[in-house]
Amino acid sequence: SVLLYYPMLKKRDDFEDILEERRTSSDLRYALRCYTPVLYKGVTPCKTSVLKSMVLQSDQLHYVINQVSKESGRAADDVREEASAILEEMAHSLQLSTVRFFAFMLSKVFKTLFRSICVNEEGIQRLQQAIQEHPVVLLPSHRSYMDFLLMSYILYTYDVALPVIAAGMDFMGMKFVGEMLRMSGAFFIRRSFGGDKLYWSVFSEYVKTMLKNGYAPVEFFLEGTRSRTSKSLTPKLGLLNIVMDPFLKGEVFDVNVVPVSISYERILEESLYARELLGVPKPKESTSGLFKARKVLSEDYGSIHVYFGQPVSVRSLAEGRVNRCQFNLVPRHIPRRPSEEIQSFVNDSAYRLVRAQEENMVLKPWVLLASLLLQNHHQNRAAGQKPGMALDELTTQAVWLRDVSRQYGAFLHWPGTVRVQSRFYEHVFNVSLCVIAGEQGGPGDPRSTVTPEEELLSQAVVVLSCASYRNQMLHVFVRPALLASAIHIASSNQKQEVFNSFSFLRNMFSSEFILCPGATVQDFEEACYLLVKTGVLQVTQQEVLVTERGHRTLAFLTSMLDPFLQGYQVVCRFLCEEDTETLTEKQFIPAVRKVSLCFSVLSSDLQKNALAALQRLGAVRKIKGYVGFHHPCVPGWLD
Amino acid sequence: LHGCAPVWLEIMKWNGWGYSDSRFLFNKKGQAEFTGKRYRLSGMIIPGLKDWFEGTFGANLQHKTPPTPLLTNTAVPPATLNEAFVEEVKSTGIPFSHDAEDRVFRAHGHCLHEIFALREGKIGRVPDMVVWPSCHNDVVKIVQLACKHNVCLMPYGGGTSVSSALECPPEETRSIVSLDTSQMNRILWIDEKNLTAHVEAGIVGQDLERLLNESGYCTGHEPDSMEFSSLGGWVATRASGMKKNIYGNIEDLVVHIKMVTPQGVIEKSCQGPRMSTGPDIHHFIMGSEGTLGVVTEVTMKIRPMPEYQKYGSVVFPNFEQGVACLREVAKQRCAPASIRLMDNEQFKFGHALKPQVSSIFTSFLDGLKKFYITKFKGFDPNHLCVATLLFEGNREKVLQHEKQVYDIAAKFGGLAAGEDNGQRGYMLTFVIAYLRDLGMDYYVIGESFETSVPWDRVLDICRNVKARIIRECKDKGVQFPPLSTCRVTQTYDAGACVYFYFAFNYRGLSDPVHVYEQVEHAAREEILANGGSLSHHHGVGKLRKEWMRDTISNVGMGMLKSVKDYVDPNNIFGNRNLL
Repeated sequence: SVLLYYPMLKKRDDFEDILEERRTSSDLRYALRCYTPVLYKGVTPCKTSVLKSMVLQSDQLHYVINQVSKESGRAADDVREEASAILEEMAHSLQLSTVRFFAFMLSKVFKTLFRSICVNEEGIQRLQQAIQEHPVVLLPSHRSYMDFLLMSYILYTYDVALPVIAAGMDFMGMKFVGEMLRMSGAFFIRRSFGGDKLYWSVFSEYVKTMLKNGYAPVEFFLEGTRSRTSKSLTPKLGLLNIVMDPFLKGEVFDVNVVPVSISYERILEESLYARELLGVPKPKESTSGLFKARKVLSEDYGSIHVYFGQPVSVRSLAEGRVNRCQFNLVPRHIPRRPSEEIQSFVNDSAYRLVRAQEENMVLKPWVLLASLLLQNHHQNRAAGQKPGMALDELTTQAVWLRDVSRQYGAFLHWPGTVRVQSRFYEHVFNVSLCVIAGEQGGPGDPRSTVTPEEELLSQAVVVLSCASYRNQMLHVFVRPALLASAIHIASSNQKQEVFNSFSFLRNMFSSEFILCPGATVQDFEEACYLLVKTGVLQVTQQEVLVTERGHRTLAFLTSMLDPFLQGYQVVCRFLCEEDTETLTEKQFIPAVRKVSLCFSVLSSDLQKNALAALQRLGAVRKIKGYVGFHHPCVPGWLD
Repeated sequence: LHGCAPVWLEIMKWNGWGYSDSRFLFNKKGQAEFTGKRYRLSGMIIPGLKDWFEGTFGANLQHKTPPTPLLTNTAVPPATLNEAFVEEVKSTGIPFSHDAEDRVFRAHGHCLHEIFALREGKIGRVPDMVVWPSCHNDVVKIVQLACKHNVCLMPYGGGTSVSSALECPPEETRSIVSLDTSQMNRILWIDEKNLTAHVEAGIVGQDLERLLNESGYCTGHEPDSMEFSSLGGWVATRASGMKKNIYGNIEDLVVHIKMVTPQGVIEKSCQGPRMSTGPDIHHFIMGSEGTLGVVTEVTMKIRPMPEYQKYGSVVFPNFEQGVACLREVAKQRCAPASIRLMDNEQFKFGHALKPQVSSIFTSFLDGLKKFYITKFKGFDPNHLCVATLLFEGNREKVLQHEKQVYDIAAKFGGLAAGEDNGQRGYMLTFVIAYLRDLGMDYYVIGESFETSVPWDRVLDICRNVKARIIRECKDKGVQFPPLSTCRVTQTYDAGACVYFYFAFNYRGLSDPVHVYEQVEHAAREEILANGGSLSHHHGVGKLRKEWMRDTISNVGMGMLKSVKDYVDPNNIFGNRNLL
């Protein structure tokens, strides 16, 4: 079973700004300084060529090459050649000189872009310790292209072993830069290689060889891709499966997994993401594109907080959950589909790790402001009132929300006084105020002659950008908010009744938020625990009662989910009203966009999640890419 | 009727391993010495032991934990006798006793918790009576009487069990009778045409070898416990001997077994070397751990005594290379009579047990060897490990064989390290059990346990189990780093037997035995999770029972259970081992 854990009980480390020293001492000396990281049990680093030949000579690859050769009728040597070519394409070639080059360049760039890069030093020390004792996997959150360079930069700064990083093939499209990244420790994997046994086996053996021997920490993004919404994404399990395998098969005593939370005050790709969500295609990764993007250098992106979490021992995760004897009866090098037990173990672990990332995400005041403004915006729109709220009311509410968030375990970074005068604060307020002003013409020149579509688009960009700030705190409130909404929609105070609504909502939103499949009861208990502890609810054996002073929190929590509920409603209504019985997934998104007046529905992220939910609930069926639809299954209360 | 085997009782310790006259101690100068005259190490000073002992365990000679010196009869629970049974036994003339000392002596094996309790003078449930049958027919009579009067019988051989097999089940309400086979110790005949010997099952290993040697033969079965363990015990636990590569394990050595069960006597009608007559009934008997009956007589293969024996040793730069070499030796099926590989910690331990050298010349030579290996060959003293070898056969073949093995070793970076190191390695086998008693005098407790594992898992299991022991000790609050070491002691075509040694300083722990048991339990779980077996030759007893079902499947359990139900429906052989 998934362990219950209450984030609010955790104690967090202090931060230290690593840019501070960079601003006072020579970057060149920094880039050229003596770098002597401690390695796993004192192994010596291994040459790329040695590593490659270890992979090619491994039992697993040997077996798969023979198998492929038998099945395809190709000569084994031929298949081996192919494997070797795959490995060439994939493998990193970490070079200290390139790392030093990046260390120099990035120092310059970071100092221009960011006010500070804050790192919890105790986390680094724990990581150092872990690296010496066990093979280590680094799992940073993924919000920006910056993430992995930033990670390596930090590790270089602290003299910690540099990781090898799993990167998408997209980067290889970038001439020169791709190779530079390779030399700074990236290895490249194709986005999809579904049934390609050989590819999979080269890939997994490569990762395992590095990990097992402790040559370098392995780093990858559990979310698979950058989150465009600042919400964590449903974890991908492929690589996690691979890195857990050596432990499960007893090839190493343990593997330590270190979740890393990277919180950007403002993400470099901020406005790109909002446009992407609205259907403006993502620009292809290219060197020239990167060059063009240099204008971002003139803007202020605030600070970054990087929190290295507590190393998680895979051994202790697996304790009592996985029967490792299951590998006793087949040679371990023969690839086999993971058993159901292991699949569910890896899946639960992945959710746990994503939650561990979320938990240590640092929240800035404007995350709270954005939440409040958005709620206000929605409520005013619904009531047909004039948008906007008074500044002192906003301040009062923000202070209230700050205290509530802390109670719910949020990791707030709240400066002594919010200094509104700084440039950055202005930016946030600009974005936020636009939401208020939204209806009256949007940012910039109100007299400009823009088409209604363009105007809608620019308003939507503002709302979605604002939402991406709000989303940063969703993980703090998602379970209590689900419970609050469940209480709201349940027909009575009966605990069972509330639980049923909770369970339905949770199931529906399980692609939207990080909610581990099968952990409904634990989530319900956690939500109850939090709401009871904060005096919002009284929960007896039979009933769930809202206290007198709980109403305000409860109202806040329900409104937090409102935009999502509304969005899902729009999707459902669209599907109900749509004449055609079937439509393609490609048609679906623009079609929904057309009928919608609710900004959040414009986000392709929400649309996809809603569709996935309806599919899971059996309301929609997928037939080879078409969306089929059973009318009667839309639950009544959505209307 | 005290002591039909009074000699035995007097020369053996009642609360520790082996002979009363042989033990390790730290003398007034703080030097370790081994007392007595029985072993090569006896009477010698071992200068390195103190430093190793203190350094490894953080132990201190000032902190002593001496045992309770004498057994007080008041600590022993009174005997629950079945009067009618006692009367009938008396009328048969078979000797018996309900003397406290006799009963306590047969109430335990040599698990740590058993010896620890004895040293503290704590006695749990013990047999109520001891009987000493002197032949097969005596056993038949006793078993019949036991069935008639519903008393519980527990066969007792050499008492060297390390599986809690001899512990009396505390829930047993019937009178428990320990059936001591020690008086059934004769070789009944030797058949030189077929090279077999028919032997009573109570004979202990060293007597069997000595007596056969007088006729120019041996069985070649030499388990580490052979000084004290009995033939019947070997059969009942599926024992394995050090020289199994030449002579085979007990299942290969046995030609015929006679066992007395509540249903009568089970035996085959002929002595054919192999039979296709359904499942081999010997395999119900071997490993039955005293739950089905008493093995009384065994026909065993014998061999002419080897003409020539030679010890040897090889140093490897690291354990991985050593295992690779053993694997290759097994692959080429050229394993010597014995080949064992110690890890680095054990190598250091062995080194610490080197007796004081008699001449400056030897110590100079030792220094030179050390210099050659560590400086000239570049072996890291903290990684190197040693294999000990024993070759047997005719001189010419031994030398040839020796060369073959050393050639293979050389391919894995192994350097021949001399006969003396090898011989000392094997000598340690017999004295190592005495060392535990020394440790227990100074807050150090420990034990060894074994498993068998496929070749591809050997390195993984060694690393993981050792690491698990260290981790568990830390988690359980052990204040000092434990000794956690292993050796590969047997090679097979498809795998190897691995021994783990584990000991720690328990100062500061309120219940050291419990901590010890938790760690051993965790280590066994780790063994199983790494593809190791529940036991290679120690057996299951009561200590490892909980894992039996997972080990042999539900159906397997059912099979064994149905045999037990048929053979012994009233659970006369009620030691509750195995199932």
